[in-house]
Amino acid sequence: MYFKKNFNKSFNILLLRILIIFVFILVSFFIIIPLLPLFLKSFSDNKNNFIGLENFINYIQNPSLTQSFINSLKVAITTTFFSVLIGFIYAYALTRTRLPLKKFFNTFSLFSLYIPPLAVAIGLIYIFGKQGLITQGFFGTIPGFDINLYGFNGIIIGEIFYCFPQALIILVSALNLSDQRLYEAAESLKASPLRKFLTITLPNIKYGLMNSFFICFILSFTDFGVPKVVGGNFNVLATDIYKQVVGQQNFAMGATISIYLLVPSILAFLIDKNFQKNEASLISGKSIPFKPRKNLIVDSIMFIFCSLILILVIGVFSSIVLASLIKIWPYDISLSLQNFRFSNVAGNGYEPYFNTVFMSIYTAIFGTIFVFFTAYLVEKFKPLKKIRMLIYFFSTLPIAIPGLVLGLSYILFFNKPSFSVPFLDFQIFNPFSLLYGTMGILVLANIIHFFTVCFISATTTLKQIDKEFEEVSESLKVPFYKTFLRITIPLSLPTILEIGSYYFVNSMITVSAIIFLYPAKIPVSSVSIVNMDDAGDTASAAAMSTLIVLTSLFVRLIYEFTSRNVSKKSSVWINPLET
Amino acid sequence: MKKLFSFVMGAAVIGTALAPSANAWWWGKKGSEKASITVYTALEDDQIPNYLKSFERDYPNIEVNIVRDSTGIVTAKLLAEAENPQADVVWGLAASSLLVANDRGLIQGYAPKGLSNVKPSFRDPAKKPSWVGIDSWISAFCVNKIEAQKNGLSIPKSWADLTKPEYKGHIVMSNPASSGTGYLSVASRLQNLPSEEDGWNYLDALHENIAQYMHSGSKPCKAAGKGEYPIGVSFGYRAVKQVNMGQPIEAVFPKEGSGWDVEANALIKKDKIKPAAKTFLDWAISPEVSREYAKSFAITAVETDVPLPKGFPSNPEKQLAKNDLQWAAVNRERILAEWAKRYDGKSAAK
Repeated sequence: MYFKKNFNKSFNILLLRILIIFVFILVSFFIIIPLLPLFLKSFSDNKNNFIGLENFINYIQNPSLTQSFINSLKVAITTTFFSVLIGFIYAYALTRTRLPLKKFFNTFSLFSLYIPPLAVAIGLIYIFGKQGLITQGFFGTIPGFDINLYGFNGIIIGEIFYCFPQALIILVSALNLSDQRLYEAAESLKASPLRKFLTITLPNIKYGLMNSFFICFILSFTDFGVPKVVGGNFNVLATDIYKQVVGQQNFAMGATISIYLLVPSILAFLIDKNFQKNEASLISGKSIPFKPRKNLIVDSIMFIFCSLILILVIGVFSSIVLASLIKIWPYDISLSLQNFRFSNVAGNGYEPYFNTVFMSIYTAIFGTIFVFFTAYLVEKFKPLKKIRMLIYFFSTLPIAIPGLVLGLSYILFFNKPSFSVPFLDFQIFNPFSLLYGTMGILVLANIIHFFTVCFISATTTLKQIDKEFEEVSESLKVPFYKTFLRITIPLSLPTILEIGSYYFVNSMITVSAIIFLYPAKIPVSSVSIVNMDDAGDTASAAAMSTLIVLTSLFVRLIYEFTSRNVSKKSSVWINPLET
Repeated sequence: MKKLFSFVMGAAVIGTALAPSANAWWWGKKGSEKASITVYTALEDDQIPNYLKSFERDYPNIEVNIVRDSTGIVTAKLLAEAENPQADVVWGLAASSLLVANDRGLIQGYAPKGLSNVKPSFRDPAKKPSWVGIDSWISAFCVNKIEAQKNGLSIPKSWADLTKPEYKGHIVMSNPASSGTGYLSVASRLQNLPSEEDGWNYLDALHENIAQYMHSGSKPCKAAGKGEYPIGVSFGYRAVKQVNMGQPIEAVFPKEGSGWDVEANALIKKDKIKPAAKTFLDWAISPEVSREYAKSFAITAVETDVPLPKGFPSNPEKQLAKNDLQWAAVNRERILAEWAKRYDGKSAAK
C-alpha cells in the first residue's frame, strides 16, 4: 500500500516534469529559436559580415532616432492611460454593476478588434479626415470640426481602438472572479463604497490591472499599422522598422531597431516578477461569486459611458459599411451593392475569405489548448522553477515583436531545409521546414503572434483560483490531470472561451506577419484587403472588411450563447448550494 | 455538464465533416498532374487575370500560382527566402529591387525568347540578362480639380511649380525611405538639375510645401482622389486609372520630365529550375501580352500597335527624364540617409 502511494506520487511528479520540459521545448522552438537568426543579423551588415555593435551605434547616432523614440513613448503613455481607463470602466460595468442591456454591451465589447486595421484607417479618414463627416460637418449641414487626424491625434485614436479591448479582456477575467464574502464582510463593517473599491476591488485585480498596463504600453509602443496610415509625419520606432525592412530591405537595421523595441517588455517582465511575490489567490473552495446589486446612479452612468464608447466604435464601422456602398467618396455618394461581388475585382473572389475563416478556427482551437496548458503548468506547480520562469519569460516576449519581424523570422527559420552543425561538416534536416508553405505555418504564426495576451489572461484567471485545490487533490491522491479536468478547466471555462474568441477575431484581421508567410495556394482575406486597397478599390476593401466584421460578430454570438450555459456551470463549482 | 458535452460532440462532428476538404489547403497541395510554378509579382491585382488569359489558353498544362504583394513586401520575401527560394519566377517587379536581389546572388540570368524585341534601355545589357523589363512606370502628379478650385490653386504643370508658396501644406508625396515611387521622384530630381547640390536645394524648397510623406507609392494619389489633399506626387498609371474611375483628378506629367523605373521579370536561381518557369518568362514578353500591358501603361518594353491609353502625354518616351538605374541603386543608401537627415527628423514635430 505504502509503495503504491509513493509510486503514484513520484509518477505524478515525473509526468509533470516531462510536460513542463516538453512545453519549454515547444515554446523555445516557436518563439526564441526563430528569432535568433534575425537578431544575429543585427550584428552584421547586409552581406553577413560581422560588424559588432555598429548597427546599434549607427542607429543611435541617427538624429531622427531620438525623435522617434520620444514619439513612441508619448504614444505609448497616452494610449495606455486612456485604454486602461476605458477598458477598466467598461469591464467594471460588465462584471460589477447591473448595467442595462448588459448582454448587448458584452457582445459588442471587443467590437473594435473585429475591424481589420486598414478598415479602421479608412473609417477614421471618412469620419475625421480632411473630407470626413465630422470635419466637414456631415456634408456642411452642421459646423465642422477638424481634429487634425494625421499625426499624434490620429495615432492615439487608432491605438486606443486597438488597445482598449485588450485591456478589457484581461480586466474582465480579473473582475469576473471575486468573492462575495469579502464585500459582505466589508458591509457589516459599514465600509463606504469608495473604501470597498479601494481596499477590496482594486487590490484584488492589481495583477490584471498591472498586466493591462504592460500590454497596452507594449502594443502601442510596437504597433506600426496605425501610424503607417494616419501617422502623417509623426515618426515612431515601429514605422522606422517598416522603412528599413519594407522600404529598403535593410534587415540588419530592422533587426537592430526591433531589439530596441524589446527593451520595455523585458523591463515589464522584471518588474512583474518582483511584483508577483506577494500575490494571494482570491478564489478558494469556499468562495461565493459576487452578485452586483441595483444602484440607479452607478448603473446609469455606466450605461451612458459604455454607450458613448460603442457609438464611436459602431460609428467607425458604419462609415466602413458606407464606404463599401458608395461609388466615389466624397464626390458621388450614390449607393450600390456592386462591391460585394469580389469576382470582378482583385483577390480571387470568396476563396481568401474561407481560407481565413478556417485559419482562424484552427488558430482558436490549437492556440487556446496550447496557451492554457502552458499557463497552467507555469502557474500551478512547484517543480523546475527555473524552467517555468523561462517559459513565462518567453511567453511575454511575442507581444513586443512586431508582426513584420515575426513574419521575417519565421521565413528565415521555417524555410531553412537543414541546419549546419558548427565546426563540423554536417547538416541536420530541419523537421519544421515541412510546415513552410502550408496552412500550419499561418496557424502557428498567429498562435505565437497573439500568445502573450492570451497567456496573461489565462495566468490572471489561474492565479485567482486557490492552489488549495491542487493541494487537496494531492493529499487525496488524485492525480493532477484529474484536478485539471474536473476543477481547473470548468472554473476557467469563461476565460478559455474568451481566449478562443480572442484568437479567432485576431486571426481574422491580422496582416503584418501573415503577409510574409501565406503560401501561393492559400490566399487570405486580410492580404486581399491590402491588395484591393492598393489597386485603388477602397469600396471592395471595405466590403471585404464588413464581411470579416460580421463573421467575428457571428462567432461572438455563438460564444455568448455557449458561455452563458458554461458560466452557469462554472459557478456551480464555486457554489454548489445554489442549484 | 450534459449540454457542454453535447456541444463538444457537436463541434467534433462538424470538425470531422470538414476535415477532408480542409486537408487540401492545410497542406497547400491539390492533387494535380499539371506542372506548377510560383510567380511573385507586384503588378496590381486587378490587372493580373487579364494578362494571364493568353497564358492559360496557350499553356493549359502549366498551373500558375500567383503571390501578389506590394514591391517592398515582395522584395523582402525574396531576400528572406534566399536559402530555399519558393518563387520560380518574378514578374513585374521594380528593376531597382531586382538589382538588389541580383546583388545577393538570387537571380539566374536567362535570355527569354523574343528578347530582341525588348528595347535596350528596358533590360540588363548582359547576354543572359538578370532582368528583362515589360513596361515603365513614371512619376506624375494627381491634382484634384475640385479641391484645387476650392483652395484657389492653379494646376501645377512642373516640378518647379510645386515649390510655389501657394501650395504650402497642399502636397503629399511618397516617402522615398518606404516607397520605390518616392525614391524615383527624388532620384530623378537629383539627376536632372545641373548639379546634385541644386537637386537638394530643390528638395529643400519642395519640403516647405509638403504636408505629408506617405508610406506607399499610390497613396498620395489616392489621398488626392478622396480630396484629403489637393495634390499627390505619385505615378502615371495610378493617376490615369483614377481619372478613368471617375474621380475629379487631373493627371499631370511634369514639364521637366518624369522620374521612372522599369517593371521587370527575372528567373530565380534554385537547384531545380523548372522548364515551365522559362516558358512563363518567354510568354511574359510576347507581343500578345505586351498588347495587354500597353492598355494600362504608356510605355512598354516591346513596341505594340495599341493606341496610347487615355490621359497619357502624346509622346510618352519624351516624358522620361534622364535616369541611370544603376546610379540610383548604388547611391540609394547615401541619398536616403541624406534625405532622412534633412527632412525626416525635422518634419516629426509638426
